[in-house]
Amino acid sequence: MTALSNTWFAERLGDHGIHSQYLEDHHPAHMPCLEIRRLDWADAAEEAKRLEMRFVAVWAALAGRHDDAKTLYSYMAFAHPEHRHVLLRTPLQEDNPEVLTISEHYIAAYRMERHMQDMFGISIKDMPDTRPWIKHEHWKADAHPLLDDFDGHSPMQPDAGRAQVDYDYVSCESESVYEIPVGPVHAGIIEPGHFRFLAVGEKILNMEERLGYVHKGIEKSMQGRTASDGLMLAGHISGDTSVGHSWAFAQACEYAADVMTSKRCDYIRGILCERERIANHIGDIGAICNDAAFAFMHVQCSRLREDMARLHHDVFGHRLLMNTLTLGGVAHDVSEEACQKLIQQTRDIAVEVEHLRAIYADTASIQQRVIGAGIVGVDDAKDIGLLGYVGRASGHEADERIEEAYAPYDELDIAIPKGEQGGVSTRVWVRFEEIASSSRMIIQMLENLPKGSIQTDWVAPEAGVSGFAAIESWRGEIAAWVRFGTDGLIDRYFVRDPSVINWLGLELAVRTVPVPDFPLVNKSFNCSYSGHDV
Amino acid sequence: MLRILQQISKIGSITEPLKSSEAFEVMGAELKDAIRKHFQGSLAIRLVDAGSCNGCELEIHAANNAYYDIERFGVHFTASPRFADMLLVTGPVSINMKTALEMTYDAMPSPKLVLAMGDCAANCGVFGKDNYAIAGSVADIIPVDAVVHGCPPTPTDLIQAILALLNAT
Repeated sequence: MTALSNTWFAERLGDHGIHSQYLEDHHPAHMPCLEIRRLDWADAAEEAKRLEMRFVAVWAALAGRHDDAKTLYSYMAFAHPEHRHVLLRTPLQEDNPEVLTISEHYIAAYRMERHMQDMFGISIKDMPDTRPWIKHEHWKADAHPLLDDFDGHSPMQPDAGRAQVDYDYVSCESESVYEIPVGPVHAGIIEPGHFRFLAVGEKILNMEERLGYVHKGIEKSMQGRTASDGLMLAGHISGDTSVGHSWAFAQACEYAADVMTSKRCDYIRGILCERERIANHIGDIGAICNDAAFAFMHVQCSRLREDMARLHHDVFGHRLLMNTLTLGGVAHDVSEEACQKLIQQTRDIAVEVEHLRAIYADTASIQQRVIGAGIVGVDDAKDIGLLGYVGRASGHEADERIEEAYAPYDELDIAIPKGEQGGVSTRVWVRFEEIASSSRMIIQMLENLPKGSIQTDWVAPEAGVSGFAAIESWRGEIAAWVRFGTDGLIDRYFVRDPSVINWLGLELAVRTVPVPDFPLVNKSFNCSYSGHDV
Repeated sequence: MLRILQQISKIGSITEPLKSSEAFEVMGAELKDAIRKHFQGSLAIRLVDAGSCNGCELEIHAANNAYYDIERFGVHFTASPRFADMLLVTGPVSINMKTALEMTYDAMPSPKLVLAMGDCAANCGVFGKDNYAIAGSVADIIPVDAVVHGCPPTPTDLIQAILALLNAT
């Protein structure tokens, strides 16, 4: 990695008369943060779109230690396959925080903008959809949790007068269209969320998601925590992505503090993350098949997943690999004996999965259900910027292990599957391919595990310093931005789980799909509710 | 089809009657007896995720896998609260899930049992009670009969907790 600033985007903006200024207190230099004028905000997004940059996130933060007091800032991030990530920010007016929407250029921005509206009371001009998002109907109108004067430490009291107010769902007047409300409590062992179907006959005309039920105030709760306390919380943003979220948090902090992790630590983090990827893919493949009544696969896959959980417990002390990362290191070293066990099991599982895959491919009853179901086209996937296996099944292959090539992936042979059919079967195919590819990487890492310490000293940076990281978790890119305040405490943490973007893909995928196929399509996406709602 | 049968016979039965988990088998047998006695052999559980990170859900799924196979003791998960004997609740109760949890509890026939699963359900865990978005632990919202700690509790912990709760009633 080079310490030189990444000037590519700033130059492109300059070509269009958009002046930008580098923030000295933001790290790393190859993912810089540029300050632009407020009136250039939407134009900068338009320029990014023209340059075919991928939209990463849009968020807001109160001024940090180095900034002008009381001002709110709006941030956005983009990525380019060759020119990496770049952050832009602009100060908002003190008395009337207002900013133009960028969802005209990047549709995936609109829910994040609604989130900014809910959390900070920022008014987003010309938004196509102004309904509150995380802020459910029973919240008081003036409740904006991320503002300084909001009491974040006691349970928020609902507005009694709004208890019966319903969300303004998309509806249809036609007599032949009927509505199916589903959730928030779903029929199975699943997280809560609401789906509102408009159906004609057996087919879905429109499905609208209503999320936010498991909103746990994580962004507010991060404020004032020490980094190690924050890491613990980050590991619970989405329980199935504990390694991914911990890594994103830790790396953002480490970039901010300019702490270099050891090679051995990087490798062990890589092993943990790839094992997490395999375990989740195996579990999901089984669950997808189960939703199409192919119980055999489900039983076999959950057996393999359990085998992995047990070894994780033995080697890393936790079945779901929680609490396995530290700031500047990892919590558990891998002994020679553990190394052999991990190699052996990874090999065995890869072989077993290939065997199951052959059976899956040869079983007509399951193939009939998955082929052609829940399609997201290549153009739509690119427009939304779908991530992870969902993106890769629709020809959109953003992968931070290659784009950002953070350690240890800069030294590994990564094979990224790329499908274009965009249906359930393609997403399953991508997952099978990723299991094979991750297995190879795990074995490569274990066989070449560098010697040395697993822990580098962690020293928090001075107040006002920020860091950004993009980690390829099993669901796709997690974007994390952290800023430190006084005494090494966290001043602001923003994280975007890949689900925030991929949930939009699900709405598209289920159009014209028969209602009974919804669970199948939904499972093939398997977006996180907890990671989305934070 | 032949390959499916081959695979099934090759793997055989992996459901734990292993030496290492003898205690588990004894516990399972006791659980089965308790369910036969109190619930005519079938205990229906409705799960509500009231704000969990999804970690507890993964372990509930695991309790259904072939190793633990909680169904052989008569425990099954039901889609409707209307036929549920027990409500299993995970997560701290978020302010946005509080009403749904209360409605699910009210929709269950009495008498009903409530088991709060995981550190978050017990005391809001890592998310903390001093949090605007958390209405409280499960016991702050609905009556709770038993609590199983852990982050998340393992499948064995869960099965043990169900047994202990049935024995206590």
